[in-house]
Amino acid sequence: MTTIPNVENRVARTDNASANERGYFVPKVNIVETKDSFILEAEMPGVSKEGLEVLLEGNELAIVGRRQTGVPGAEPVYRESNPRDFRREFVLDPSIDTSKLSATIEQGVLTVTLPKTEKVKPRKIQVTG
Amino acid sequence: MKLIRRQNADLWTWSPVEQLSTLREEINRLCDSPFGELTRRMELFNGWAPTLDLYEDKDNLVVKAELPGMKREEIDISVHDGTLTISGERKYEEKNQEAEPYRSERFFGRFHRTLALPKPVQSDKAKATYKDGILTVVLPKTEESKPKQIQVNVS
Repeated sequence: MTTIPNVENRVARTDNASANERGYFVPKVNIVETKDSFILEAEMPGVSKEGLEVLLEGNELAIVGRRQTGVPGAEPVYRESNPRDFRREFVLDPSIDTSKLSATIEQGVLTVTLPKTEKVKPRKIQVTG
Repeated sequence: MKLIRRQNADLWTWSPVEQLSTLREEINRLCDSPFGELTRRMELFNGWAPTLDLYEDKDNLVVKAELPGMKREEIDISVHDGTLTISGERKYEEKNQEAEPYRSERFFGRFHRTLALPKPVQSDKAKATYKDGILTVVLPKTEESKPKQIQVNVS
């Protein structure tokens, strides 16, 4: 039996335009699936722990990163970076135990761990008799 | 593992005004500098390239590069002949052997960017910091390239 990957990305699928209209920059993400959980990594350069918000509403997860851009007192000469704040939304499958999410940010990379509920984790069943 | 992808242009929607000024700046840049955006685009075929910003104040040129998820020791910085080079390698960390990739948008592998500095700098006094995935390089300008105020005596 294969487990169907079940973290959907609403923003990338249908809603990039709307995320942009609302004035956000969509961060790049990697998602991997392990035996026990999904692990989501999002690139949010310039965002510290203080500027980070991980919001969960029902089965919808939103990651928001606010950052200070520019250099105080200096004029931009050449600029490639997008000055907008980061935001991306995901729809979580019911197999994810939303009460057990955890998040850390290190050098501009946010890691969110989305554990699976006990009943969908693979289990070894002892054969007796 | 080395993952090479093109930047997704869809993610960059700028307002028309911004786009116009960006376009104008880009044309200016392509005309007066062999480096900059053109080099960056070309480098995308060989790997990935971090986003660079250049700022200037009275005393310094300040370069900021977006390099999320690296270690300090993986970043090399050099100033030579009026150009700043930032290079290094972002290694793909296999944190969990049994992990199956489901979505892979991040770039890994080597990168190399060169930027022509618009003013002469004192390269021996350059300082770099790496915080929240942003590399900041402060390059003090040479005395000759600093703006000078000339006192005019009105009699």
